[in-house]
Amino acid sequence: MGQRTPFYDIHVAAGGKIVDFGGWDMPLHYGSQLEEHHIVRQDAGMFDVSHMTILDVRGPDAKDYLRHLLANDVAKLKEPGKALYSGMLNELGGVVDDLIVYYRNDEYYRVVVNASTRDKDIAWMENQAQGFAVSIEHNRGLAMLAIQGPNARNKVHQVKPQFAAEAEKLGVFYGVELDGWFIARTGYTGEDGYEIMIPLHEIKSFWDGLIAAGVRPCGLGARDTLRLEAGMNLYGSDMDESISPLEANMGWTIAWEPADRDFVGRKALEVEKAEGPKRKLVGLVFTDKGIPRAHMKVVVPGVGEGEITSGTFSPTLQQGIAMARVPCAVGSEVQVEVRGKLLPAKVVKVGFVRNGKSVL
Amino acid sequence: MSNYPSELRYAKSHEWLRDDGNGLYTVGITEHAQELLGDLVYVELPEVGAELNAGDSAGVVESVKAASDIYAPVSGEVVAVNETLADAPEKVNKEPFKGGWLFKIKISEEAELDDLLDADGYAEHVDSGE
Repeated sequence: MGQRTPFYDIHVAAGGKIVDFGGWDMPLHYGSQLEEHHIVRQDAGMFDVSHMTILDVRGPDAKDYLRHLLANDVAKLKEPGKALYSGMLNELGGVVDDLIVYYRNDEYYRVVVNASTRDKDIAWMENQAQGFAVSIEHNRGLAMLAIQGPNARNKVHQVKPQFAAEAEKLGVFYGVELDGWFIARTGYTGEDGYEIMIPLHEIKSFWDGLIAAGVRPCGLGARDTLRLEAGMNLYGSDMDESISPLEANMGWTIAWEPADRDFVGRKALEVEKAEGPKRKLVGLVFTDKGIPRAHMKVVVPGVGEGEITSGTFSPTLQQGIAMARVPCAVGSEVQVEVRGKLLPAKVVKVGFVRNGKSVL
Repeated sequence: MSNYPSELRYAKSHEWLRDDGNGLYTVGITEHAQELLGDLVYVELPEVGAELNAGDSAGVVESVKAASDIYAPVSGEVVAVNETLADAPEKVNKEPFKGGWLFKIKISEEAELDDLLDADGYAEHVDSGE
């Protein structure tokens, strides 16, 4: 038996097909991964993401600590609730994890990290906290549900009308605490929606309310195809400790200025930037039938080889799509080795679908 | 609970075989197999005329998440493939024992049929979780 989230019994009762997901018993789907994918693109679906880890970082040095810990700069965060996406790097510039940090005030930040990296992340963060007056607390009192899709916010407002006025005002990548809940306008699907942290005793009534409002439970299978269509990185697939953010399409998350902010990994990144990264993460679209999968070889004519980091059949586009790490000198076309055959693929910017529409 | 028609023979690798007479057999994957795979989005079938040995890879079925080989349950020549699956791979999910058939084979080694399971044997094999 793996670890279970507070929603586990609800998933089983809802017919979720439970699988082992990095040591967690999680629903892969509730009948059809494809239908769940489409419902998020067209209406509203919900995902249990309680396996992710909520860390509350507090103390007089909280801000200075996070400015040391993260490649992005939390000093950009000035309004309570504003969120920032960042890599947390090692000294060599590899990605220890990617995370979201929410600003509460200069002495209190909420950080959400991945499930699979929880123990490693906490150990790393505590190690880096030496010399800072800061505490890092794993908040186990909240479960987390993502409600995503064009109608997701409206449906949440129907279920929690007491939160609607505040939630409606939320900008993209902002969160607000209301009555012990934390509602954030973030997500991992390329659709509008919320990620909501819920006091544990209220998860059942909230889930039931969402079902009654027509929000469909979705499993981690659909979450993966949705995030891949949206061009969002998955830790452990598209980057890890051996990959720098410059090679993982995360260059935009590095705050180089101010130049005197000495965050972990900065020196290594500066060397890499000066020399020019050798590889980059691109999007691939298959023009023929066939489905790209992680670790397939990418042949870049006249240049060399790369590798698919994530690949799938895109339910929205009805064709194979992938993210691949390739030599920077890649042109507009490559070939992918699928079971011994070389299939042609077009090179595109990472990101295939946004707000239900193709962006190719 | 999956359903296994009693008139079919089954391979442990989850293909079924239907006797069409005159040494011809239709091959598909079982209801259990399609459930395990989830929504199919692509099916790669053998070429008509291909000579297969029992246990050879005869094609691939791909769900959103993963690709899985289909194996020839018996040796013989492929005489037809289900071309409708090119545009409608979901047929394998909806009708694994009927419209979702994969290919037809002209058997060359009748004795190989004895190596296959009947419906009860296959059900036991599935329950054993192998």
